Amino acid sequence: MVNTKVNLSGLTLDNPVIPASGTFGFGYEFADIYDINILGSISCKGTTKGPRFGNPTPRIAECTNGLINSVGLQNPGVEKVISEELPKLAKFYHKPVIANVSGFSIDEYAYTCSKIDANEQVGLIEVNISCPNVHNGGMSFGTNPNSAFEVTKAVKNVTTKPVYIKLSPNVTDITEIAKACEAAGADGISLINTLMGMRIDLKTKKPVIANKMGGFSGPAIFPVAVRMVYQVYEAVKIPIIGMGGVSTAQDVIEIMLAGATAVQVGAANLVDPYACKNIIEALPSVMEKYNINSLSEIIGGSH
Amino acid sequence: MNQGIYSVLSNEKIAKDVFKMTLSGDTSSITAPGQFVNIKLDGFYLRRPISICDFDNHSITLIYKVVGQGTELMSKLSVETELDTLVGLGNGFDISKSGDRPLLIGGGVGVPPMFKLCKDLIKRGAKPAVILGFNTKDEVFYEDEFKALGTDTFVTTVDGSHGTKGFVTDAFPLVGKYSYFYTCGPLPMFKAVYNNTDTEGQFSFEERMGCGFGACMGCTCKTKYGNKRICKDGPVLVKEEIIW
Repeated sequence: MVNTKVNLSGLTLDNPVIPASGTFGFGYEFADIYDINILGSISCKGTTKGPRFGNPTPRIAECTNGLINSVGLQNPGVEKVISEELPKLAKFYHKPVIANVSGFSIDEYAYTCSKIDANEQVGLIEVNISCPNVHNGGMSFGTNPNSAFEVTKAVKNVTTKPVYIKLSPNVTDITEIAKACEAAGADGISLINTLMGMRIDLKTKKPVIANKMGGFSGPAIFPVAVRMVYQVYEAVKIPIIGMGGVSTAQDVIEIMLAGATAVQVGAANLVDPYACKNIIEALPSVMEKYNINSLSEIIGGSH
Repeated sequence: MNQGIYSVLSNEKIAKDVFKMTLSGDTSSITAPGQFVNIKLDGFYLRRPISICDFDNHSITLIYKVVGQGTELMSKLSVETELDTLVGLGNGFDISKSGDRPLLIGGGVGVPPMFKLCKDLIKRGAKPAVILGFNTKDEVFYEDEFKALGTDTFVTTVDGSHGTKGFVTDAFPLVGKYSYFYTCGPLPMFKAVYNNTDTEGQFSFEERMGCGFGACMGCTCKTKYGNKRICKDGPVLVKEEIIW
């Protein structure tokens, strides 16, 4: 009998598989099709201080082995997330969840995180400083070590739960940003968010996406994710949630070998609503195939 | 929603760039006319959302237009090809509102979902009138199928090569009084319908989708009742809630 349990800053997850923010709503939509309690945790839809409609449509462009999205942090705002969305999820999911928070200023990040920190369903806070789809928001904090440090520090000052900072791959050296977050007291690092991308329609000769550019995700970016997790694992001592194109149980093991303690599955959920379930069910036999008794023992095993 | 492997029973061209495909498989998740399926195709990352034209207990009829590489591949699939398909997506039409004389208006590839809707309305005792709008006679399909249901069916073509010349709204005078309307087609047609009626009705929208089942927020639109995902809270919106 293999052991799929991992420990993420004191939270014991039954398995490392977590649907990534923005690909799973607030989880309850998926409860119609399978028992979502099999999930290690759920990273909820990105939440901001106030409600946001997001970007104009089209927001989606297909790519070879992936897609570009430019949703733009559509969410009902932190008050409604706490009063409506999380209670709906609580009916179906009985484990701690990951709250994913975005903002447009350091004060906003701190405000939203302090509100969500007080919610008992929330086991961990993932601070997104890497959304490529909102102007002057999110990613600008994640592409500069100083502002990444300031956001992390401000959030840590007003929260009690583990804080993970979600990093952008759209930087020259992701390890510099990761080190700044660690120095500011981050409990862990999530990576990678989407890569900036663009498609142009040959018929209209215009960008496919209304906002022109968006975040590229899917299996095509998996090697980039593995590389960056590997680099960040060597640069910091805090745990990593690895993500970026993970689609199979083999991918989960590979990105854990690179250094991830837990793994998020994003784009795959949009193609196959059962993606996380299939990965979780396949994990034991894939572990056996590669002589892995306990997943927690392989974290960073490739170094 | 059901995910399953559906097998191609037939796949044939019925008009210019328009194909009819029947699939065999479980249809128990379909709850209303106007819902859609989402089909995984080899070599394409995202699925293809296609509206359901008709279904029975064990088969689904789809009519689709070749508009890009995905639908082009679909048009070449042979009988017995197995397709990973999500079935029973979206809200579909609410037939309880129809009254005795509903008007069904389909434009181009907006025609297919009108067919099962029409059959269901007839089954509950309504006498639907149907307007089918196309650009030109080469694109016309399903005129005979609607007439075979015993409905008053009017066809319009923009160039006048078949039926009434002009847009679907040019056939409104031929229909006379109607109790309610249901429509699916391109946005300019929706606006024309909206501007030419005092009756309440339902519009089935199209939008570029990521997942097709409500997870990604890729297809959200604003309505008077708040944000709605075309794939999950739609594709059918009622007239009163639409912000034009």
